[in-house]
Amino acid sequence: MDPQLRREIILNNYQNPYHKGFPEDDENYIRIRTNNESCIDDLTILLKVEDGVIQKIYFEGDACAISTSATSIMASQFEGKTLQEAKSLLEEYEAMLDEKPYHEEVLEELNAYDEIYKQPNRKKCALLPFRAIHEVLKQNGIE
Amino acid sequence: MNREDFPILQHDLIYFDNGATTLKPQCMIDAVVDYYSNYTANAHRGDYDNSLKVDLLYEGVRTKVQHLIDAESSNEIVFTKGCTESLNMVVFGFMKNYLQPGDEVLITKAEHASNVLPWLELEKKMGIVVKYIPLSETNEVTMERLEQTVTSRTKVISLAQVTNVIGDLRPVEQIGEFCEKHHILFVVDGAQSVPHMKVSVRDMKADFFTFSAHKMTGPTGVGVLYGKYELLQAMEPLEVGGGMNSFFESDGTFAYHDAPSKFDAGTPNIAGVIGFGAAIDFLQSIGLDKIHEHELELKRYLVQELEKVPGITVYNKEVDGAIVAFNIDGVFSQDTAVYLNHYHICVRAGNHCAKMLKDEIKVKNTCRISFYLYNTKEEIDRLIAVLQNKEELYNTIL
Repeated sequence: MDPQLRREIILNNYQNPYHKGFPEDDENYIRIRTNNESCIDDLTILLKVEDGVIQKIYFEGDACAISTSATSIMASQFEGKTLQEAKSLLEEYEAMLDEKPYHEEVLEELNAYDEIYKQPNRKKCALLPFRAIHEVLKQNGIE
Repeated sequence: MNREDFPILQHDLIYFDNGATTLKPQCMIDAVVDYYSNYTANAHRGDYDNSLKVDLLYEGVRTKVQHLIDAESSNEIVFTKGCTESLNMVVFGFMKNYLQPGDEVLITKAEHASNVLPWLELEKKMGIVVKYIPLSETNEVTMERLEQTVTSRTKVISLAQVTNVIGDLRPVEQIGEFCEKHHILFVVDGAQSVPHMKVSVRDMKADFFTFSAHKMTGPTGVGVLYGKYELLQAMEPLEVGGGMNSFFESDGTFAYHDAPSKFDAGTPNIAGVIGFGAAIDFLQSIGLDKIHEHELELKRYLVQELEKVPGITVYNKEVDGAIVAFNIDGVFSQDTAVYLNHYHICVRAGNHCAKMLKDEIKVKNTCRISFYLYNTKEEIDRLIAVLQNKEELYNTIL
């Protein structure tokens, strides 16, 4: 991805994150707290799954630009996906981060992290929010 | 000062994370290598020349530590693997037997995890009560606030002499005096004080005192537990085995050595302890007073220069110490640290293992700059230049 575009996507999602802040009916959500091993990034992610579809994702907490933006993009891109679609999208994203073959066209704004592998300490930040997706897939017997 | 003694400083590196660990001088590295290259042997085991040499050097470091912290006897010095282990030994080897349910232990929310979690474990397991001395507006411990928190059930006060985020020096001599008068045991975490200033466990009347070698130019994996001798004698070893027992028989009888030897189960970190001895010699050849003065001068200079950069908050301006905690307004501390890393400036971002301090300073994470003897004003100038250019932060890190 063009470096300027990449920066714009990350910064825009960091400074104006999608669905940051909890909804009023938050008791109807699966709640997952993600902590980075470096012990700084600390995000709580709320997901609502109905009829096998991820209906809503919200998040709250303090984290770096990479983690926060990745959570924002995750929230906007995974909403409306069936759990099966979520699983394959997650696999594509993780393949990109692991420098394996992947389909660029399905990742949309997540392509902004296509060179994060060059900074191993930041890769963790880009992966952090997706623990929530893994958790939901596990809870629904898909992983 | 003494920059030429540190081989790592030949690289393009500005190291401001001395609160986490310090760089190592060649003389310390040489001492470790010399043991491995020229006279490897176990301690307290053999009657051959190298083994005797190891014994002499290993026990010699105990004496160096005794003088370093002004203990009455070298028998009050126990080698551990670090300050964390030392504090765990105090809590689980001594306090667990000494305290009763309902007894109170006073700490503060500025303490490091290693001086919090062992106490919380005891609270959970045996019902002691952990209480927090409220900090002043400048996040310090005052005698007034401490005395107001003490009750008739207070049995222990456990504090860092110098804290690892704010960097304030606690009035340990007054606290020790107070504790002695009220029959309260005084545990002092010296991890951030011993490397930077002269300390005297006798002047502060500490019952237990702990610190680590690697934060004072020594090797990793070595720490010290000082305890008043009768307390060490009453303390249980958390590890038992070879080297610490007097006898054991098939009828189930056994006995352990006196302190400090009863805490030396298994082969100790001989190379580390010998390296630690070289580190102590190195620091004393420079003079801890001189190191302390140098750091205070750097801190004052950094605070003064940071004030010239708009959009930066410093959390511990008023405090005299080797630490500056700050944030660029609106920027997550880790992003600041990653930005500085682009210029080979090493700082620590986060809560610095003082996870409850956020309740007091109202900010969860900070960037921490912690100085040591080899840091210079020129390094600070380079840092300030990079911070002045902070509008380039996201262009640099993203």
